[in-house]
Amino acid sequence: MTLAEMGLGEIFQLLIVPAFFATLRMLVISSVLSTVFGFFLGIVLVITEKGGLCENAIINRLLDIVVNIIRSFPFIILMISIIPLTRLITGSSIGETAAIVPLTVACTPFLARIFQNAFKEVDPALIEAAQSFGASKPQIVFRVMLKESVPAIISGVCLAIINLLNCTAMAGTIGAGGLGAVALTYGYQNFNQEIMYSICVVLVILVAIIQYVGDVLYRKLK
Amino acid sequence: MIEITNLKKVWESDGVTVLDDINLSIHDGEIYALVGRSGAGKSTLLRCINGLTSYQEGSLKVDGREVRELSNAELREFRRHMGMIFQHFSLLERETVYQNVALPMKCWKYSKEEIDKKVMELLELVGLADKKDAKPRNLSGGQKQRVAIARALTMDPKYLLCDEATSALDPKTTNSILDLLMEINKKIGITIIIVTHQMEVVRHACHRCCILEHGIISAKGSVEEIFVEQPASLQRLLGEEGHKLSKSGRTIQICHYVDEPGNAGLLGEMAIRFNRAFPITQGLIQAYRGRDLGIFAINVDDDLFAQVCEFLDERKVEYKELVALDEEETEAE
Repeated sequence: MTLAEMGLGEIFQLLIVPAFFATLRMLVISSVLSTVFGFFLGIVLVITEKGGLCENAIINRLLDIVVNIIRSFPFIILMISIIPLTRLITGSSIGETAAIVPLTVACTPFLARIFQNAFKEVDPALIEAAQSFGASKPQIVFRVMLKESVPAIISGVCLAIINLLNCTAMAGTIGAGGLGAVALTYGYQNFNQEIMYSICVVLVILVAIIQYVGDVLYRKLK
Repeated sequence: MIEITNLKKVWESDGVTVLDDINLSIHDGEIYALVGRSGAGKSTLLRCINGLTSYQEGSLKVDGREVRELSNAELREFRRHMGMIFQHFSLLERETVYQNVALPMKCWKYSKEEIDKKVMELLELVGLADKKDAKPRNLSGGQKQRVAIARALTMDPKYLLCDEATSALDPKTTNSILDLLMEINKKIGITIIIVTHQMEVVRHACHRCCILEHGIISAKGSVEEIFVEQPASLQRLLGEEGHKLSKSGRTIQICHYVDEPGNAGLLGEMAIRFNRAFPITQGLIQAYRGRDLGIFAINVDDDLFAQVCEFLDERKVEYKELVALDEEETEAE
């Protein structure tokens, strides 16, 4: 059965549904990883800042530069340029697992900035109040700064996940699989508008769901 | 007991001296006020007391321990015994009243039962037991400050530091917060140090005070003394520089307790005695810790000046002559 003979139902069953799950796997794993890394990076950026809890100009400047460098790469270039690293970590430069490396690398600095900004928004008077009753530095970070900035973090993470979804499609161009790859190879390069637009619809729905969940959580936690 | 001697603090960033040659002692169980305009260094001095900021010279001893020499761990332990409340309350907006009050005890790993008992006891004390599950954003300013007071008292501190704690509140709420502080002071004997620019606060609640101007103490003593003596720094603080002095005659400022027997009709008595109506150029009666302190300025003709002074001496009333601006204040006594 050639592609041209397939009905929409079969296209969905054979191409789009498996690709959807591939995308979802990449999305979930890389967003979890980059949230964890971004969180720590964001915390270090905030506490080493001038007037922060553990002021350290050198570390702060260094991390700031690294974050800026990674963020200035267009994702598609970043993906190609870190292929050696990807190979080192996953043993391959193509496929779903391999795509998680550049996705995480690209998204971590973005999330670090989101965490940094969220923590910066916490009223310094609150931190001072916590110090005034003898809270330790980790307690100030987790019980005060993190707790107060949860809503800002939720909406930031939501933004980052949608951005990641965008990147997974780009990762499809170098063999990551997923919805982006299918839309590109079976849709665009095969002049099959049905596939391309179906995938667009799926992506639109996915983005809407992510945003909706983010908004609901934000309102609930605010 | 807090003893501060020759304390000096310089901002590390720009070398500006914030506090210079500060000498004062705060006794156990009293309510002490650090007064001054914004930028005078009073909040900085308060933060030196609990080690939130450091100082370069001099000594600051709390119960005999030099604050500057405490290690980080010692400082944390030390701050347990020093509650602090702030101008903008500094409560966690996303937590309930209960959780906010419980936070210090959680940080110090008290057991759940202890926390529960203490928090409810304190919420009872500040009159907010029914609001324990409310979020701070649903509370009024006065209620928020009550929560902050409860939080500051969780670990039975010996000292309570108040940094402009009533500055964001309306006068009525200010008074209710001050009454609460006075009640706590009486009930548990806690030493309270109040930083404020509001003279009403000092008058309402404090035993002793010092006035800070540009990082220097320009007057200190019991609140009564300060109000009766009316040093120049107090007048500057109250914005009363430049009494309108009459071109002719001399101006005498009289301070006395209006509610003392025989004092109420002092001005009338003078009018009868000298058979003259003295024009009043300034006059106010202030409540001071439950008493009424009257401050009047009257214009006296040159020929009567000596006699009036004699009369006031006789009646043992505090007074001084007010002189024109730009000249040193000379005490008439």
